[in-house]
Parts: sequence; C-alpha cells; structure tokens
Amino acid sequence: MKEYLLLNLRALKGRAYPRVVGGTRELSWIFFDTILPLLTVAAYVFVYQYLGSLAQGPQKEYIGQFVGYVILGGAMTAYWMNVLWSMAAQFYWEKEIGNLQLYMIAPMSRMAVLGGMAVGGMFYTTVRAVSTIVIGVLIFGVTFSLGPPIYLILVFLLTLIALYGMGMLFASLYMLYGREAWHTSSLLTEPIYLVSGFYFPVKYMGAIVAVSASIIPITLGLDALRQLMFTETAGIHGFLPVEVELVALAVLSVLFLFLARHSLRFMENLGRKTGRLTMRWQ
Amino acid sequence: MKENLRTLLGAGWLGWQMEANWTDPFLFMIYSVAKPVSAALILVFMYIVILGGVATESTAFAYIFLGNAFFIYVGQVLFGVTWVIHEDREHFQTLKLIYISPISFYYYIIGRAGSKILIATVAVVVTLLFGIFILGIPVDAFTMDWALLVLCLTVGMACLVSIGIALAGITFMTAKHSGGINEGIAGLFYVFCGVVFPITQLPAWGQSLGYAIPVTYWLEAMRKALLPAQQLEGTGLHGIENFWLVALLAVSALFFYFLSILIFRLGDYLARRAGKIDMTTAY
Repeated sequence: MKEYLLLNLRALKGRAYPRVVGGTRELSWIFFDTILPLLTVAAYVFVYQYLGSLAQGPQKEYIGQFVGYVILGGAMTAYWMNVLWSMAAQFYWEKEIGNLQLYMIAPMSRMAVLGGMAVGGMFYTTVRAVSTIVIGVLIFGVTFSLGPPIYLILVFLLTLIALYGMGMLFASLYMLYGREAWHTSSLLTEPIYLVSGFYFPVKYMGAIVAVSASIIPITLGLDALRQLMFTETAGIHGFLPVEVELVALAVLSVLFLFLARHSLRFMENLGRKTGRLTMRWQ
Repeated sequence: MKENLRTLLGAGWLGWQMEANWTDPFLFMIYSVAKPVSAALILVFMYIVILGGVATESTAFAYIFLGNAFFIYVGQVLFGVTWVIHEDREHFQTLKLIYISPISFYYYIIGRAGSKILIATVAVVVTLLFGIFILGIPVDAFTMDWALLVLCLTVGMACLVSIGIALAGITFMTAKHSGGINEGIAGLFYVFCGVVFPITQLPAWGQSLGYAIPVTYWLEAMRKALLPAQQLEGTGLHGIENFWLVALLAVSALFFYFLSILIFRLGDYLARRAGKIDMTTAY
C-alpha cells in the first residue's frame, strides 16, 4: 500500500514537473500568456471607461470597481483556458503524440497523472494570472478594499480544487475525442465567459442563469473573490453571500474529484473495448 | 491561372471538410454561432449593467455592436490563415506533401483562408441578425449603402488575408508560438482599432497606432455602410468621407499584398534553409 502510494506520488510529481519547469523554459510564452489576456482586459476596461463617460446613474461612480472586476476576470480566464486546453484536451494531445498508451501501460494510477497535470497547471497558471493582475492594477490604477484574508485564501484554493477537479473529469470525457476535442474546448470559451460573469458581475445574468452557471466553479469563485476584494460594492454586485459560495465550492470540489475518478475508469474501459485509445488524426 | 484556380477551390474544399466534418451540420452551425453571439452578449450585458439598457445612447450601442460583429472576420482570418501552417506541418504532418505536389502553396493558403471566411461570414450574419431583430439596431436594407458595403468588405477581406499570409510567413520559422503571435496581433487590433470603443478613449500614442492600422478604417467604413444616417460623433474618424476611407483601405490592402508576398517568400526560403518545413515541436 505504502509502495503504491509512493509510486503515485512520484508519478504526480513527475507529471507536474514539466509544467513547472516548462513554464519558465520558453520565455516568449510567458510574454504571450501574460500580455494576451491583458489585451482583452484592456479593451474591456476602455469599454467600461467609455460607458462610464455616457452613464448618468449610480453605476457611474462604480466604474473603478468594474475595471477591477474586469482585471480579476481577465486573470481568471488563464485558469479556465488552462483547464480547457491543458487538462480537458490533454489526453487528446497525449493520444495524438503517442504518450497516452505509455500512461496506460505504466503501473501508476491515471488519477496520479491527472493530479500532476493539475498541480503543475495551477502553478504555471498562477504565475501568469498574478502577473496579469499586477500589470493590470499598475496600468489602470485599481484600488482594492480587501475582506478577511482567510476567506480570500479559502475561496481561491477551493475554486482551484473544484476547477481542476472539473478539468480532470473533462480529461476523461475527452479521452476518446478526435478533432471534437479541439472544437469543444474552443466552444467552451466565450459562452462560459458570458454565463460565468468573467467581465461583469454574474448577478446581472439573472438568478436562473447564475444558479445554472454555478456548476462551473469559477462562477462562484470569481463572484466570491470580487466580493472579498471589493468589499465596498459586495452588497450591490455580489450574487450570493461568500459563506454560501464557500460551502458550494467545497461540495463541487468533492463532487468533481469523485466523478473524475469514476469517469476515468469508465472511459478507459470503453476506449480499450472500442480500440480508440491509440487512434490518431480522427 | 487555371491550375491556381483549381488549387484555390481544392484547398477551400479541404479547409471546409477539416472545419466542418467532425460533426453533423446542425451541431456545427450551433458551434459556429454560439461563440460570436456569446462574445457579443458579453458586451451587451456590460452595456446593460452600466447604462440600464441598449436603448440608452443607442448610437453608441450600435457602434460597439457592429464593430464587434465585423471583428469576427479579423480573428477568424488572421488566426485561421496562420494556423494552416502549424496544423499542416505539425498536427497532420502533410505540409511536406503539399510542398512537393505541383501546386502554388501561396494559392493553397488563400484557398484554405476561403473556408475560414465562409464560416466567419455565417457567424457575422447571425450576429448582425441577432443585433437587428433582437436588440433593435436600426439597420435598414433600403437605406444602407450596399455599394460601400460590398466594396469595403471585398477590399477589407483582401487586406486581412494579406496580413494573415504575412503572419503565415513568420509562422514558417516559429514553433508553437504561432498561436500566440496571431492572438497577439488580433488582440492589438481589438484594443487599438476602435472595435468596441472609439479610439479617442486611448492615450495619444494609442490613437496614433490605431490610425496606422487599416482595420480601423475598415470597421468605420462597415459601420457607415450599414448605418449611413446614424454615425457616432467623437470617434476620431467621424469627418472622413467614404471616398477617402475606401482609398485608404485600397492602398493599405495593396501594401499588405506585396508585403505578404515578400514575408511569405522570405519565411519559406529561411524555413527550407533551416530545415524547418517538416518541423514538429510536440504541439
């Protein structure tokens, strides 16, 4: 048992390693990963500033907060993109370059591989997300009014665990995909940015959409982070109380990890039976 | 000429199959439409959150919505054209096979771009219809300037494809970064070309940059074609007459056409010399 645990921990470390090291090996990618989200963020900031110049009502005085919401949302897109392209679609890439079959014949659990991908991805993406926030805050002069730090840390960690749990679930579902993997991930960008409120408070989507979108952990995580980082407007723009969102994120974390484990086993068996685990260029 | 036309059509058909035949047509249609409509709706909700509704300052709303709708072409064409190199070289590993076949690779790329333009056109049309019939943007088929629309759309596409091919030339020499370069250029255009806000919102250096990019004039011309009687003031381009907008577009399209040939040939030569035509970088 101990030997198996150590084996899986080594596998997890081994799979996380290239993401941690690779994140700094190609410096031009750091530039692209940091600056690209910032371009969209900058465009949306200018949109808010422009709309602020036209506004007459109470929202006009909150434009500074909206700029902060956009920067935070823009930074969180890095995590969503990482989950889509480097978690969900990863087994598809691995299949295409011939690594998936090697994972299958190695003696460790495939969950350890997915766990390693998640841990490495979290580190890699956090560096970029923090850079986006820092640069965005410096350029656009956002000021925060922070809530309790322990809540901030808890919300952030639970959001990441739930989000990457969802990524692990998606990875198993994507395992048998051909080109659909590429298109599905591509499809899950703008529509999710919309319903999860990446660039405006999700509350304004209406209760039904906001509750439905809460199945995506980043919806509640982002809403809670905004409430905790901009406490002055938390009561106005927040969707649910932070405590409720914390509990929901904890439930989602457990749920997605549980589902990922079972889904992985099911899809792997299905792939073996249908001979699609090694099929390339579909 | 006949050979090149056949290459164009063949590459266009191939591109269409690669884009569309992974699923059934209905699902493909939903996929093609969901992304651009969602992107438009993000702006709609931002607008509603701040101004309370799209009827408030409706000229500004139309400016934002139309700019965003036509920008779909920019993202699709720029990203699509350059991605052909990367996809054929590394994913399907067919670039070397196309190279040794008796066709013009330049026309092959343009043909592949054709399928991207077709898909983008569907998305643009659906987004525009959504804006007109659901959000009430007052585009009227009887009052819009059809000649300006067709002319600017054609010249604008030629310009975008030329920029895309120039970027494709650079992609010959790059590894996985090509996606980043494309997105970076599209992102720069999104910020500096007055797509979703007037460029007068930008600092002076940003405005100067915006005035140097043809996409700025193209979007303005498209807005003028669709809504000739309802133009937003204070955009920095308000006073420019249609003739000069078209002339600026035509000159820049011609400039980028020659530049694209130059960069494409240079990239091609350097990639062959460095043995990078069949490079794979573990996408």
